[in-house]
Amino acid sequence: MAKLELINLNKTFNPKVIPVKDISLTVNDGEFLSLLGPSGCGKSTILRMIAGLETPTRGKVLIGDRDVTHLPPGDRNAAMVFQSYALYPHMNVHDNLAAGLKLKKIPAGEISDRIQSVSRILGLDPLLQRKPGQLSGGQRQRVAVGRALVRDSDVFLLDEPLSNLDALLREHVRAELKQIFDAQQAPVVYVTHDQTEALTLSTKVAVLNNGLLQQLDTPDRIYTHPANQFVAGFVGSPQMNLLQVPCQGTMAIVGDYKVRLANLPSTPPEVVLGIRPEHVRLAKPSDAHVLKGKVFLVENLGMFKLVSIHVKNGEKEPIVLRSLLPPDQDWHQQELELALPLESIHWFDIKTGDSLARP
Amino acid sequence: MSTTAPTHQPTTTKPSRPWLQTLLFWGAIGAIVVFSLAPILWQVLTSFKVNEDIAAIPNIYLPRRITFDHYIELFTRRPFLRYILNSFIVAFISTLACLAIGTPAAYALARLRPPGGKLIQLGILLITLFPSILLLQGLLEIIQATHLANNYLALIVPYTAMNLPLTILVMRSFFVQLPRDLEDAAKIDGYSTWQMLVHILTPLTLPALVTTGILTFIAAWNEFIFALTFITEETMKTIPVASAQIGGASVFEIPYGPIAAATVVGTIPLVILVLLFQQQIVQGLTAGAVKG
Repeated sequence: MAKLELINLNKTFNPKVIPVKDISLTVNDGEFLSLLGPSGCGKSTILRMIAGLETPTRGKVLIGDRDVTHLPPGDRNAAMVFQSYALYPHMNVHDNLAAGLKLKKIPAGEISDRIQSVSRILGLDPLLQRKPGQLSGGQRQRVAVGRALVRDSDVFLLDEPLSNLDALLREHVRAELKQIFDAQQAPVVYVTHDQTEALTLSTKVAVLNNGLLQQLDTPDRIYTHPANQFVAGFVGSPQMNLLQVPCQGTMAIVGDYKVRLANLPSTPPEVVLGIRPEHVRLAKPSDAHVLKGKVFLVENLGMFKLVSIHVKNGEKEPIVLRSLLPPDQDWHQQELELALPLESIHWFDIKTGDSLARP
Repeated sequence: MSTTAPTHQPTTTKPSRPWLQTLLFWGAIGAIVVFSLAPILWQVLTSFKVNEDIAAIPNIYLPRRITFDHYIELFTRRPFLRYILNSFIVAFISTLACLAIGTPAAYALARLRPPGGKLIQLGILLITLFPSILLLQGLLEIIQATHLANNYLALIVPYTAMNLPLTILVMRSFFVQLPRDLEDAAKIDGYSTWQMLVHILTPLTLPALVTTGILTFIAAWNEFIFALTFITEETMKTIPVASAQIGGASVFEIPYGPIAAATVVGTIPLVILVLLFQQQIVQGLTAGAVKG
């Protein structure tokens, strides 16, 4: 019913706002889109433009095919959850939920019906008469979500709603949010710098950097098929190994070793080799692409050990390669043989950073 | 012992410390109380003394005979109720006007960022440094030209103007420290800027409103020189002027009793006001607006 569409959205010329260069994307009904990017990439600015808190310099915002670019926030029927929750401190929870509805002149009976159903979903019933100051962080967060839900909006906007919660609660609320918004029809736009949140919650992820869209895709494909070096480096933890290596014929030269290049239209003089640490494994005798290196750092992550090795590189600085190894895999010597499975290697253009074909 | 975790320091010198601290603390409080309240206490005592006791040498500190004559004289032989009413009207309207004009101005300066806002702020600060007595001559001319003499407006307008800078500066700093997300949330809920100011921001700034309001009220209530100059009609006079004009039968007689009574009568409304609103200043009203 109410899809959200951004067309060539641009925000510049305002020193107080992080610029957005050119963003076009569509969020359909029932879709959950995450805007993922480092701080300063413009993701919050985009959200604020959708909400109407900022006016775009160029471009359009369409909610349900209605051009709302120049409508005030109150007339857009968009609900927003703020990072700081932004509950009205002088009103109790009930009045916080009711405030927006009263302004819309919705009859009192319907207001109380809606508040009742939302507070049942979120478990707010025992809190309705309390003021925000008397609530815990998690409860305030739920009230903030409730205030958005009760509006019955055409689009939901969430601005890093979990970042003020402690780690344990965050995981819990994240699961709750997923269930709540799965049950909603309206499109959801969720701003975060946390890739776990983006990947777990979303049906679509938009990775942003410097005010530009880097990749818009499903969480799966963002992870398995990063469109460029930035996405590859930003998504995934521990970070992907990104090695700048020269090429010779059909081989990339990684230190003293060679790795077969993917089938490329032409062989560039240099290329960026990307491989996730979890795909680098201990070499078996049958493996073809094996690198040998000295272990210089072992970080125990509990489920895995993150092992960093120095691969010899002639007379030059050794190349650093990181590998995520299961803790039961032991090695005894200081030197380690690691295999790079060809099918897990990503190749990126050295200049543009764009992904080159994968084998 | 109770202040720190157990340590290996010798405990022999420790017990004297809290004792000395307590003594100094209460000594300081006592000194401040005596310093601020002794003159007032003297006035109160004087107002209840009979004339012989007031003039007696050596001083009689505590009145042996209590009389209400001085108070009765204020309200029977002089229209003191009328003076109080005058003062109240002038101070109350000035305060309301000051808050009504100052609050939106402060909000504009804090959030809407008008061009030259910094310059305006500097100008406001400069005005607070300007001694108001220098305005007297000019204001008198204006009041003569506009025929406002012996009109409440002759006092209300200058009092409002004089107290506006302080109101704007205090309210501005309050608005600046209010979380911005709160206003964004209000905008999304559909509040217009004006509705937001009235329904969301004003309740949150109530402590600041009350504080600046009381300051304005006291300043207007106590103002003397404008009130003396612009108001000559007896029934329009304010308390400070009326109190100062209490005179004796001759130049040699100073009616200490009625003057003391007038001082007390003029102060009591302010004390009541402050006590009344102190309860209204709910602290920590903004707690819980954003993350604790």
